[in-house]
Amino acid sequence: MVRREIQRFCIYTLFLTILVLPMVGMRGPEFEARRAFTVLSVLVGVLLLTTVFRLLRETSFYRNLGQRIRQRRDRALGKIQVLPRPVALGSLFFLLALFPFAANNYVIDVAITVLIYVTLGLGLNVVVGLAGLLDLGYIAFYAVGAYTYSLLNLHYGIPFWFALPFGVVIGSLCGCIIGYPTLKMRGDYLAIVTLGFGEIIRLVLNNWDNLTKGPNGLLGMDKPKLILPSFSDGGLSWTVVPLKSLPSLYFVILAVALLTVIAVHRLNNSRIGRAWIAIREDETAAELTGIPTTLLKLLAYALGAVFAAVAGAFFAAKLSYTNPNFFVFLESCVVLSIVVLGGMGSIPGIILGALALIAIPELFRELASYRMLAFGGAMTVMMVLKPEGFIPATRRKRELHEEELESEEAADE
Amino acid sequence: MNENGPAKAVLQLNEVHTYYGRIHALKGISCRIPSGGIVCLIGANGAGKSTTLMTICGVQPAAKGEILFEGRPIHRMRPEQIASLGISQVPEGRQIFPLMTTLENLEMGAYLRKDRDGIKRDLEKVYSLFPVLKERRNQLGGTLSGGEQQMLAIARALMSRPRLLLLDEPSLGLAPLLVERIFDTIQEINRAGTPIFLVEQNAQMALSISGWGYVMETGRIVLADRARALLEDEQVKKAYLGE
Repeated sequence: MVRREIQRFCIYTLFLTILVLPMVGMRGPEFEARRAFTVLSVLVGVLLLTTVFRLLRETSFYRNLGQRIRQRRDRALGKIQVLPRPVALGSLFFLLALFPFAANNYVIDVAITVLIYVTLGLGLNVVVGLAGLLDLGYIAFYAVGAYTYSLLNLHYGIPFWFALPFGVVIGSLCGCIIGYPTLKMRGDYLAIVTLGFGEIIRLVLNNWDNLTKGPNGLLGMDKPKLILPSFSDGGLSWTVVPLKSLPSLYFVILAVALLTVIAVHRLNNSRIGRAWIAIREDETAAELTGIPTTLLKLLAYALGAVFAAVAGAFFAAKLSYTNPNFFVFLESCVVLSIVVLGGMGSIPGIILGALALIAIPELFRELASYRMLAFGGAMTVMMVLKPEGFIPATRRKRELHEEELESEEAADE
Repeated sequence: MNENGPAKAVLQLNEVHTYYGRIHALKGISCRIPSGGIVCLIGANGAGKSTTLMTICGVQPAAKGEILFEGRPIHRMRPEQIASLGISQVPEGRQIFPLMTTLENLEMGAYLRKDRDGIKRDLEKVYSLFPVLKERRNQLGGTLSGGEQQMLAIARALMSRPRLLLLDEPSLGLAPLLVERIFDTIQEINRAGTPIFLVEQNAQMALSISGWGYVMETGRIVLADRARALLEDEQVKKAYLGE
C-alpha cells in the first residue's frame, strides 16, 4: 500500500516535470528556470499532500472520523426533518420571497445569477442525470435562448413574455438537432459531438456579423414588463411597468426557477422519468422492454434545452446585452460541475451545487485568479471524498457506496 | 414435412440479412417458430445467434429479407413497435437494470401495459413462478446473484405478457443445478401457452426441451431438423455435444 503510493508519487512527479517545465519555462527562446520551478514545486507540493492524504485515508483514525461526521450529520438532518414537509417548504419560500427586501443590490444580483444557474443545472440534469447522456455543449442552448429573445426584441419589438414561447420552440428544435445525429452514440463519442455543437453555436454567433453583430454583441433589449392595474385617474386603468430594478428581476427568475423545480420534480417521478433511468442503466434492455429510446432521448435533449433557453432569454433581458463570449465552453463545464457536485438526479443537491459554485466564488472575489485554483482543488477533494455529490439522489448513492451501505447494514444486523 | 421447419408458424424469417457496419453477420437466415412450441437455435460463439434475436426485435434491423410475426411483416418496425406486438426478449448476460429494485425491474417489463389490475395479477404469477424474486423484491437488481438475475430477466420479459418469448443463453454462467431449474421453468412457461425461441450454446440442454432445432455457423443456418433427430446427428454430436 505505502509502496504503491510512493511509486505513484514518483511517477506523477516525473510526469509533471516533463509536462510543466517546458510549458511554463519556455518563453520565447529563453528558459525561465525560476518561474518554471516555482510552478513545479507548487504542483509537486499538492501532489505530496494528496499522497499523504491518501495514506491517511487508510488509517483507522480517518475511518472513525468519517463515521463520526456521518453520525453528527444524520442527527442534524433528523432535527430538520422534524418540521413537516409543507411547513419547511413554505417557510423556505417565505424566506426566498422576503430576501430582496433585506439584501442590497449586489447580493440580489448574485442571487439572480445563482437562480439562473439553478435553472440551467436542473435542465442539464434532465439530460445527464436522468437520461444519462453526457452533454458538454449545454450552454449553447442558453445562448440560443438569449439570442432568440435579443433578435426578436430588437428587430420586431416583441416583448419578453411573448418571445419566451419562441425561445422555447427554437431551443427544443436545437435540442433535437443536436440529439438526432447523436442517437446512436454512447459515452465519449457523444460527449465530443456535444462539445463540438456548443462551439459551433458560439462560433456562428461570433462570426455572423450581419445578424448577431459578431463579438460586439447585441445591445438595448427591453427588460421584462408587467401589466399592473392602477387607480390614478379615479377609474381603473392598466399600466405597463418595465421591471428595471434588481428585486423585480429577482422575482421573475425566482418564478422561472420554481417552475423548473416543479417540472423536473414531476418528470423525476413520471413514467417518462422511469424510462429515462432505464435507458441510462441499460439501453438495450430498455429497448427490448418496449421503451421508445429514440424518442425519449430526443425528448430529454429538447426538454433540457427548453430550460436553458428560458434562462438564456431572461439573462439577455436582464443585462439588455448579450455577446458570444458569455457562452464559452467553460460555462458548460460550470453547469456540469453544478450537476455533478450537487448530486446527479437530485433537485436539492443541484440547488446547493449552484449556490456553492456561483455564490461562494463571489465571496472570494478579492482573491482574483486564485479562486479558480481553490475551485479546482475543492472539486478534486469533493470527487475523492463524496463522488455522489452533496445531496445524492438515492439511486446514485446506492451505486457509489454499495459496499459501505452493505457493511453498514450488516453491522446493523 | 417442410424443409424450413414446422408448419403453422407464429414467427417466420425469410432470407434475412443483417450487417454490423461492413460485417455481414446474418447471411440469409430462414426459420420458423411454431405457435405453441419451443424451437432452439444452437451454434458456436459468434455464429450470429444473438444477432438473429436482435434482428427479430428490431434493435439491429435486417438489411434484406422478411420477418413475419403472426403473418404480419415486422422487419421495418422499430423495437418498441415490435415489443408492443408481443415479442419479448430476455437478452444475453442478464441485462437487468442494476440500480432498480427487483420490483421496479418487473414494473419496467410492463412498461407498455396500462391495465393496473392485470399487471398486479401477472406480478403474483411471476412471483409464484420464481418465489425468490418475491423475497428479493426490494433489493437492487445488481445485488442479486447470477441465477436470481437470470430469473429476474425472464420474469421481466413475462411481465409484458408476451405472445412470443425469445431467450438468449439463459444458461450462461450458471451452475448446472440452476441451469436445470431455469430450463424447467422455461418448459413451464411454454406449457402455459407461450411459444419460445431459445438461443443456446448448451446444445444438449436446449435440444432436450425443444421440438425443433436449428444449427447456425458463421451467419448461416446449416442444419434444421426435429430436435430429437439433431441429438442423434453425427455432425451435431461431434461439434456441439462433445461426443
